[in-house]
Amino acid sequence: MRQLLLKRLLQLIAVSWGVGTLTFILMRSLPGDMAYRIAASRYGMDAVDSRAADIVREELGLDQGALSAYWQWFTDLLSWNLGNSLVSGAPVSESLWHMLGHSLLLAGAGMAIALIIAIPLGLASAYWGGWLDRALLTASTVMRAVPVFVIGLLAVIVFALEWNLFPVAGFGTPAHLVLPALTLALSLAAMSNRVIHTEAKRVFGSSFYEFARMKGLSTWQAFKHHGIRNIAVPVVAFLGIQLITVVEGVVMIESLFSWPGIGHGLAHAIFARDIPLIQGAALMMGVMFVVLNTLVDIACHYLDPRGGRIA
Amino acid sequence: MLALSTTQKSGLALLVLLIAYALCAPLLQAGDATTQNLSQILTSPNADYWLGTDHFGRNMWLRLAEAMQLSLMMAALCVMTSAIIGVTVGVLAATRAPWFDRVMDGIVTMILALPGLVLVLIFAAIVPGSFWVLYVAISLIQWIEYFRISRAITQRLTQSPAVQSSKLMGFGEWYIFRRHYFPAIMPQLFTIAAFGAANAILMMASLGFVYVGIQPPLAELGLMIVEHFPYYSDAPWLLAQPLAALALVVLACQLMGRGKAL
Repeated sequence: MRQLLLKRLLQLIAVSWGVGTLTFILMRSLPGDMAYRIAASRYGMDAVDSRAADIVREELGLDQGALSAYWQWFTDLLSWNLGNSLVSGAPVSESLWHMLGHSLLLAGAGMAIALIIAIPLGLASAYWGGWLDRALLTASTVMRAVPVFVIGLLAVIVFALEWNLFPVAGFGTPAHLVLPALTLALSLAAMSNRVIHTEAKRVFGSSFYEFARMKGLSTWQAFKHHGIRNIAVPVVAFLGIQLITVVEGVVMIESLFSWPGIGHGLAHAIFARDIPLIQGAALMMGVMFVVLNTLVDIACHYLDPRGGRIA
Repeated sequence: MLALSTTQKSGLALLVLLIAYALCAPLLQAGDATTQNLSQILTSPNADYWLGTDHFGRNMWLRLAEAMQLSLMMAALCVMTSAIIGVTVGVLAATRAPWFDRVMDGIVTMILALPGLVLVLIFAAIVPGSFWVLYVAISLIQWIEYFRISRAITQRLTQSPAVQSSKLMGFGEWYIFRRHYFPAIMPQLFTIAAFGAANAILMMASLGFVYVGIQPPLAELGLMIVEHFPYYSDAPWLLAQPLAALALVVLACQLMGRGKAL
């Protein structure tokens, strides 16, 4: 367990270094003189002349070599000094906290709905099989072939444009959350209901489960004491693998529904070439990803304390 | 060489059909994919324009073919690059000095710490609208899968009696790779490659969809979906075309990858 946490910590450092380095390269590869650009964002386009640029260059030490600039960039990053947005001028860390709340709300709601859809369907198709199983298999296959933004687009067309049930995009009221969360949930459930199905089938067919039924436990008792935990371990481990789908789904869905979260912020920052915001948003997503992965690891550890399977 | 299941065969047939369309469509109709004809916008499919025209009056039959070419080329390039790099590094990591294995493990851990799409997005930010940067970024993520599988299989095989006796008989490393490692890796490779191709296509379409991938006026599936969405109520078939094309390509790849798993 300790080794696993150590590995996650290493990943956390790697994320910061990787994102920091990539955005540094990005900053350096922009055309034009950096001093002029910063002076322009400080004093306005019209007030910039070579004197102002020289002052900025002097003050920020921009004429130093690439290596020491890189070092400076990295120490700023480690002290969580992410700078100001080039577009709005607001501190990046402030807008990040604001966006993080929205992203977590969307991800949480999406995963909760996904579980509400996938668990009953997965268990039912494993228990009864037959046409339910085949129908679910087909639906899941089709669902996985379309990217998440297509599911979202179809949801918009059906629920928002044709039936006028929910707003097309935006945020604020609970009704705005329905379509984005549902889209995320559907793309997640398409995968996880099959995993739950496979695991449940394995447990229902195992000798220990048969024995539990044989000794006189009712269906529910056997499921509660012998089924749930055995099914849960691989399913939770799979949720960890699915986290990548969640993060990528959040990026796409937020852009589609104009949901003011980190993914939307990242896509917009890239479009506007707002480098401090790109760095901040990418960093935040990487950190969120590693932290969630760690939580899944810990959950697996407690569900199956025998250990050894993970790490 | 490979025994394909019925599912895989239908996937292959679908893929061949799509490739045939992408390559042959420009031969069947004259014109090109970027010529605008503003007096002929949003026409429904007819004898002149087999798939209709878009909001600038561009020929959809040709534009769709061009977009498919781009997607399929990206998929093929990414799969080949990442398979070659992944298998080579994987086999080397399992057979060479332990420090090399540890270094590669560290690099993989680092890359996996960032969700793939975010990594590709940052790369797309460095050089916007470049096909080749997308290709590098997607390959950078995808080689890991090949690396892990071939490393695991090779590690298991190095201790096997067959490889041991081959070594004792003095066969070279290239021979052992060809005779023992590669045949064991090959079937897995096929599955990963099929899903990898699907993912590469999805990744490129996703970037196009958030407008940071391939830039207009080039035809790209994700980009076309965004461009056509505003005309959904006037021309639903226009939006349906890139959607269907994207879903079919991905479905074909996923069906091919469907072996005995799931």
